[in-house]
Amino acid sequence: MSAEALFFWLLAVTTMGCAIAVVVTQNIVRAAVWLLFTLGGVAGLFFLLGADFVGATQIMVYVGGTLVLIVFGVMLTAQSPFVTMRAGAGEWGLTLVVGGVLVGLLAGVLFLSPWTGPQSDSAAPQSRSVALGSDPARSQTVRDLGLVLLGIREVHPNGSIPVPIRDADNNPQSVPRREIGYLLPFELASVHLVVVLVAAAYLARARRRTGSPSS
Amino acid sequence: MTIAVEHYLLVGAVLFVAGVVCMAIKRNAIGVLMGVELVLNAANINFVAFARYNPLFVLEGQVMALFTIVLAAAEAAIALAIVLNFYNNHLTVDVDAAEDLKG
Amino acid sequence: MPLGDVSSLALLWALIKALILITFVLVSAIFFVWLERKVAGRIQDRLGPTRVGGKFGWLQTVADGLKLLVKEDLIPAHADRMLFRMGPYVALVGAFLAYMALPFGNQAVALEMNVAVFYMLAVLSTEVYGVILGGYGSGSKWALFGAMREAAQVVSYEVPRSLCVVIPILAAGTLNLNEIARQQVGGFWNWYVFHDPFTFVAFWVFFTVGTASCKRAPFDLAEAESELVAGFHTEYSGFRWLIFYMAEYGSMFSVSGIAVLLFLGGWHTGLLPFDLSDRLGLVGNIVNILVFVVKGWVLVFVMMWVRWTLPRLRIDQVMMTCLKYLLPLSCALLLGASVWPLVVNTLRIGWMY
Repeated sequence: MSAEALFFWLLAVTTMGCAIAVVVTQNIVRAAVWLLFTLGGVAGLFFLLGADFVGATQIMVYVGGTLVLIVFGVMLTAQSPFVTMRAGAGEWGLTLVVGGVLVGLLAGVLFLSPWTGPQSDSAAPQSRSVALGSDPARSQTVRDLGLVLLGIREVHPNGSIPVPIRDADNNPQSVPRREIGYLLPFELASVHLVVVLVAAAYLARARRRTGSPSS
Repeated sequence: MTIAVEHYLLVGAVLFVAGVVCMAIKRNAIGVLMGVELVLNAANINFVAFARYNPLFVLEGQVMALFTIVLAAAEAAIALAIVLNFYNNHLTVDVDAAEDLKG
Repeated sequence: MPLGDVSSLALLWALIKALILITFVLVSAIFFVWLERKVAGRIQDRLGPTRVGGKFGWLQTVADGLKLLVKEDLIPAHADRMLFRMGPYVALVGAFLAYMALPFGNQAVALEMNVAVFYMLAVLSTEVYGVILGGYGSGSKWALFGAMREAAQVVSYEVPRSLCVVIPILAAGTLNLNEIARQQVGGFWNWYVFHDPFTFVAFWVFFTVGTASCKRAPFDLAEAESELVAGFHTEYSGFRWLIFYMAEYGSMFSVSGIAVLLFLGGWHTGLLPFDLSDRLGLVGNIVNILVFVVKGWVLVFVMMWVRWTLPRLRIDQVMMTCLKYLLPLSCALLLGASVWPLVVNTLRIGWMY
């Protein structure tokens, strides 16, 4: 087994196992801890796939931000330990059956689908991402991501982006395509974050507790 | 054994189903939120796997993954604000107690 | 070259690098414990350890370590056993992972990453889980209060920390720490701390914020002996407490290392116009590593000096400092640092014509 396969299986088994542990555990704090390891495993998978910037963003935003938020939510809404919130055995059974069927269906479909299409065009742009094993110091993802989020995209020399389709004589086709940058979604996401920040601060402002415990 | 895109998609599928089951079965509202995070991470794994294994999709996959991470963080913030409000009003986070609009 | 071709020799080399780094962290921690006690002693007008291992107490830390190893391993009755056990190791992993991308010299880095700074900040921000797990897992309300206060403080201070890190990155144009340090070759006037007034202020802000995010005084309310016994590590004794402390000293050196690389010229001496490892090869590399380590230790010494000099801030003062003073200041510095090259270039071009 190659080293890539070994690391992949280690990370994949950790991630999947901890995700299942999130579902199974009854204690909400332990569920948060298993979610921490799941998100860390996903970040590891991102690094294995060569997406170093996305992996570091996953750790910083998800693990270091969102999950801390969830843990604070858990602590602020803590219940007395004698109140257990458990679903009945019948619900568990039905959910597990449906979940099992769904996972089987998804696995079957994705292993039976042909993911590699017709032979790729030899002039297709080389993958600019970095797979594990090549030099992470020379990876271009940060530069490319930064430029594309500013709307700047580097193109093929003749101005088009080749796609791997061929005409009737098996000649590779090139389809001219307008370069799409991501400046507008970037700005929209920034405005969205400001709106969400203000809204969350307003919704969660300190107020007197008015309710009585529900039976 | 070469790791192909199917293996990463399998991890994504398992995470997705775990997230859906978590959303369905947990009675704690924050547990439901954890399920949502699992689903979003599954989608991210799929995006980045496609980015790696398809040379045309390199930047798109990673950009979509970045936007998903950012928007999921925003959504988690709002969801927690809602849960805190619910807790202030009902003194519990049991989703079965949210039946004021029932009937 | 896909990883499938990587030989077992490369994996062995990676393991050796990890062992070297963990040894460095341990030796640094030993040195820091001794240094802290000496610094505390001298500032408080007394001598500090003088008995163990000669006149200056060199072996004091070894004696402390032996004591901690033979202490009884207590787990409180109401503790969540799994989380209690897991807490110190999560903290240590968070602190140690940052060393993977920290360059000690030219090419003397475990893994040279193009996202080194971002990655280091990201993994240093996962240390908060050690605090939370330790506090919650202890099963004691004082530990939990201390832990949540400290988690809030650490998480709040990450924001100005990230902003202050972006400022020298704007000047450097890359996230690669090796590259940033290489750009500061030459005299000490090339260091980014003197690059423009915004990076100068950013260095002091970053150092303050780094001290706060390492939970060091004057921001160590959550560990304050007079208030919460010992905060999140109240119930920890012996070896587990030692792991928490190693994590704390490890993250202190990481943050100091980032400050040295981003602002203070990295491994360059600042007196020579060339990089020593280019001229002198392996000897130059070793000198570079020593220069970097000494600079990092000097910054850690400053952190300790500040701890034993200044009184502790209250938790509301801590949060207010972050959110009302340092965060707007960091934003203003970022704006200034973004505008500075435009202004300078405009003035330069205007001067030419």
